[in-house]
Amino acid sequence: MAASRDDKPATLADILRNALFWTGIALGLFCLLIGLKTDQQANEIVLVPRVGLLAGVLLAVFLFTVAGGLWTSHHQARRAAGKANVTGDAIKRIEPFIKPFLIAFVLTFPFIAIGLSGWQGSLKWIDNFGIQILIYVMLGWGLNVVVGLAGLLDLGYVAFYAVGAYSYSLLATQYGLSFWILLPIAGILAAFWGIILGFPVLRLRGDYLAVVTLAFGEIIRLVLINWVDFSNGYAGISSIPRPTFFGIPFTNDEGGFASVFGLEPSGLYYKIFLFYLILGLALITAYVTTRLRRLPIGRAWEALREDEIACRALGINTVTTKLTAFAIGAMFGGFGGSFFAARQGFISPESFTFIESAQILAIVVLGGAGSLYGVVIAAVGIVGGFEILRELDFLKEVFGNDFDPAQYRALIFGLSMVVIMLWKPRGLVSTRDPSVVLKERKAISSELMKEGHG
Amino acid sequence: MASAVPSPLLTVEHMTMRFGGLVAINDLSFSMNKGEITALIGPNGAGKTTVFNCITGFYKPTVGRITLRHGTGRIADTVEAATDDVDAVQPTDDGALFLLERMPDFEITQKAKVARTFQNIRLFSGMTVLENLMVAQHNTLNAASLYTFGGLLGLPSFKAAEKASVEKAKYWLAKTGLTDRADDPAGDLPYGAQRRLEIARAMCTDPIMLCLDEPAAGLNPKESSELNSLIRSIRTDHDCAVILIEHDMSVVMEISDHVVVLDYGTKIADGTPEDIRNDPHVIAAYLGVADTEVDDVEAEVGL
Repeated sequence: MAASRDDKPATLADILRNALFWTGIALGLFCLLIGLKTDQQANEIVLVPRVGLLAGVLLAVFLFTVAGGLWTSHHQARRAAGKANVTGDAIKRIEPFIKPFLIAFVLTFPFIAIGLSGWQGSLKWIDNFGIQILIYVMLGWGLNVVVGLAGLLDLGYVAFYAVGAYSYSLLATQYGLSFWILLPIAGILAAFWGIILGFPVLRLRGDYLAVVTLAFGEIIRLVLINWVDFSNGYAGISSIPRPTFFGIPFTNDEGGFASVFGLEPSGLYYKIFLFYLILGLALITAYVTTRLRRLPIGRAWEALREDEIACRALGINTVTTKLTAFAIGAMFGGFGGSFFAARQGFISPESFTFIESAQILAIVVLGGAGSLYGVVIAAVGIVGGFEILRELDFLKEVFGNDFDPAQYRALIFGLSMVVIMLWKPRGLVSTRDPSVVLKERKAISSELMKEGHG
Repeated sequence: MASAVPSPLLTVEHMTMRFGGLVAINDLSFSMNKGEITALIGPNGAGKTTVFNCITGFYKPTVGRITLRHGTGRIADTVEAATDDVDAVQPTDDGALFLLERMPDFEITQKAKVARTFQNIRLFSGMTVLENLMVAQHNTLNAASLYTFGGLLGLPSFKAAEKASVEKAKYWLAKTGLTDRADDPAGDLPYGAQRRLEIARAMCTDPIMLCLDEPAAGLNPKESSELNSLIRSIRTDHDCAVILIEHDMSVVMEISDHVVVLDYGTKIADGTPEDIRNDPHVIAAYLGVADTEVDDVEAEVGL
């Protein structure tokens, strides 16, 4: 890869040499892993060579490296020719239209889904795609405060999601309180846990902070598993009450939503209601985080990410500043968690594993730390991508009936990571919008921004 | 500049800083007066930056007392009472006495009003020049936003406070010649402009004492002379005492009222620039020889 790092565009020979090198590495790596398979025949194990498959994989590696090399050299040639970043300009030109278009699309999404795939078919699109993606968008925006603005790497964000979910479930099932009362309570409890967990860990920086937050995420999960009296352990909490529409429950009998409004009984109303509920929560998160960025506290978070020592020299109390970042991030995690519990109707510690934290963090990092739009694009790509995999049944006709595309989600995840890190190492939207402007608003390149150090 | 009755703004008494077995500062005492420019000089490794770090709270001195006075009155009258008290801040008739060695670093800027810059420039490089100056006014603005809650609701009092902050930032931008670059990221500025921005940022915290760590390092002669007039103006127009570490003697001798010389952590001279220029200990330290050999060496190099 060294050749592609130079300023000079690589020649075709360089690219081919590079591709052959990586194909050789792949051959060494895969010749036994893929090239040979053990089969049991009668009582002995025989080796079955799979030359065709191995050749296919090697060809794929070769073509991928050649394509990547051509693409980078093309880019370098263009940069050497002094041409501006065309995609950036194009985005700038359509920027004023993106926001209203996106909002209009999201607001009418359930009806578009019903119109396109019918009354029954739309259920999947609204629930699996719409609601699922919006949950992750909201969590991404919440984590963005901690990771993107304050530069504190938090690997245990799912802990606050769990706190929110369990606060709602336990208080609703034990005390029969309504969703609308418990939603803010869940957020406040999660923020409170954010501060409690934040206090001891904020002395740490960088990798150490990341490891300790990871551990806290696991501690919360293990407590939920083992403290059976409190959380019912692995069995989880079931029959969590559903939120109501201003007191009108979503049931099909007399007095339910459908009968009050004189509609056909259907489960779809509830899903549409949940869609707008999470959309509202996500928009509140977006509104609050954009407002916070323009307030002194938001500027202090970003300053903390840039240089903590300089912050202290300017009289900023870094401990409280970090704690507010943790608490506000955790609060949005708590809102998301209580929505999740209400939507699922059942929660167990299984829903709050490390992989969830990793997925939310991946959305923030891929989207571009600190960027609202980037997080949306990454959430649609990753969460939507996973859901799309379930839909690709026609692939069974190509690869045989045993093929289950949903098992390849990790591959998609990994590939998208690799591609983004090669193409845009600081995430999809990597420029920063200044929080205050004297004359002219200029986007700040990510090259000047720091990632934070703890 | 010393008036008939010296009434120091800051006194440092018997300050010693040890890092394990290394004595970085050894029993250093000096004082600086209100409205004075003090220079702290000495060969590399003499402990100058460590003194700054102790004054601004980044290090806690192993031994010693650092007292800063707000308002009139003499430090010596109240310092013993303040030392016996557990608090770091002792209110006086028209101000307060601060025992800096007891305060955490951010409070020294926030409450005692001591601002500093760094030897290796520490700007928020991914934020614009204006944003850098706004971050410096964080405490005022944060209080005006009622600790974020009022700001979230968009209270008019917060908007007024923010406007006032932008005005103050504009004043310092004009003063440091950075108005045209206000909306550029700080990391994009040329070196000299970054140095000036760091001073402007420190001044936006409304200090009564400014600590400049090598402000002229890496500046060309024209920039150095501009820096001299900026520092003078900070002293006269803003009633702010300045203490600076500097190797550039054209800056030190031209603008400072008072010079303190350190060598191996020990104070070897303290006085006006004239005194320092002729002090044999200082010459010996800078030539790197023992005091007794100064005459020989001077003869040798033709001084």
